[in-house]
Amino acid sequence: MTHFQGTLLITAGVLTLLVTLSLLGGWLKLTADGRPVALVDHLNQRLQGWWAMTLTIGLALLAGRIGVIVLFAFVSFTALREFLTVAPTRRSDHQAMVMAFFVVLPFQYFLVGIEWLGLFEVFIPVYAFLFLPILSAVKSDTLRFMERTGTLHWALMVTVFCISHIPALLNLRIPGFEGRGVYLIVFLVLVVQGGDLAQHLWSRWLGHHPLAPQISPNKTVEGHVGALITAPLLGMLLSWMTPFPIAGAAVIALALTLMGLFGALVLSAMKRDRGVHDWGAAADGGGMLDRIASVCFAAPVYFHLVRHWWSVTPGP
Amino acid sequence: MDSKGLIRRYAPEAASWALTRVTRLITGAQARWLGCAPVPVQRIYFGNHNSHADFALIWASLPPRLRRMTRPVAGADYWEASPLRRYVIHQLLRGVVIARSRDGQAPDPVAQMAEALEGGDSLILFPEGTRNTTDELLLPIKTGIFHLASRCPQVELVPVWMENLGRLLPKGEIVPVPLICSIAFGKPLRLAEGEAKDDFLNRIRDALLATREAAQPA
Repeated sequence: MTHFQGTLLITAGVLTLLVTLSLLGGWLKLTADGRPVALVDHLNQRLQGWWAMTLTIGLALLAGRIGVIVLFAFVSFTALREFLTVAPTRRSDHQAMVMAFFVVLPFQYFLVGIEWLGLFEVFIPVYAFLFLPILSAVKSDTLRFMERTGTLHWALMVTVFCISHIPALLNLRIPGFEGRGVYLIVFLVLVVQGGDLAQHLWSRWLGHHPLAPQISPNKTVEGHVGALITAPLLGMLLSWMTPFPIAGAAVIALALTLMGLFGALVLSAMKRDRGVHDWGAAADGGGMLDRIASVCFAAPVYFHLVRHWWSVTPGP
Repeated sequence: MDSKGLIRRYAPEAASWALTRVTRLITGAQARWLGCAPVPVQRIYFGNHNSHADFALIWASLPPRLRRMTRPVAGADYWEASPLRRYVIHQLLRGVVIARSRDGQAPDPVAQMAEALEGGDSLILFPEGTRNTTDELLLPIKTGIFHLASRCPQVELVPVWMENLGRLLPKGEIVPVPLICSIAFGKPLRLAEGEAKDDFLNRIRDALLATREAAQPA
């Protein structure tokens, strides 16, 4: 399959799926005639997110590599903003937060741009980790200092470091797969979103045992097991767009879904702790982190798997 | 009109438009009118004060026609200190600039504010008198708002609660952190006939806290 045919197939496939589901969702809602239909409402809500995601990713892909990097830098920015809005920071953390937004974040994506993989992998885990607490400490305000510094670093790791691994996929050199790096991103997003949806549907169909009732009563053990069974099948179905053999695609899809499901659980636990129902609830139409929670956790693992088994990109 | 005249005529409008857009973009705040509607009634909007961005946010949250008839009350010691600040407070915000500590010469702040109300304008006022940098929700309410309400008892007072602005731009910082802020307008109140000063100041405080409560996400 040529590159062009592949792109055409992905675009046509995704659009057909979205249009079909939207028509179905609209028709079900109409025939429901005002009766409450939780599943349909849930599907329609997800569809809105998927349309937004598809259109933005599509536009960024048209704009090329730089477009993809800028898009995910923006995603990181919005997510970091939502996260720090509910974080227990104090006045003394102001300069550390300014650095996080306006130096650490842009520099991390700059490193993706210039393909400096070595620094890309250690900049936030080592250098931001070491220097940002210094900025807070010199203010000599010790109240909840451990909690504040820990939270700021966690925020950067999950919203900037993890997400920046998505555009970094384009930097991997994979023999015989040149110029098709964006397919890796499409595969990641489709598999993780598919895993989320599968978990939801399996939970509704067979779910009896909540996985972590204090965090999310709707997530069940059965739903997670079901999603982990479904994921490899979805991976195999989509393996044609990747450099992976069919079995490899199944294993990767399993790993991505596992990380995605539990990443969503971890971020939900964060929300419960801060007493918010949705991320960015204060802003109109916010909630970037709600949409990408699963992808955050899956992205670095995906990047490492692809890099070590399929790419010839040299080590740091 | 020559080009200089054009600039003089439209520069404040353009700058005020830019200020509004930038404020909304940085704070991400959507105004929530919980206790009253954004209608062109003469009012005193009184808010909790954590940051200079408070001025800009209340200003940017008012619909344009209300904004045109609303003037913020600002402290002279800060706002008269540099040409840029003077431009912003006088030309952009049409502020009522008052002396916070009175030493003989300065005009009476209550008289200045009452004059602005008599001119038909609404006011934006921070009754704590200064920015709150403590961990408390509010500083003690200063008596100014009581004296103003006694002179203009017909004007309704609208509580405004803003969240996160003290974190967005704390006192003494220059670069804002783009955290998501919120702003809510609460239920209006008026000075009751013969109401004692302390009772009224307590009601002002309670109205602010009630607005905060009402704005909490469910």
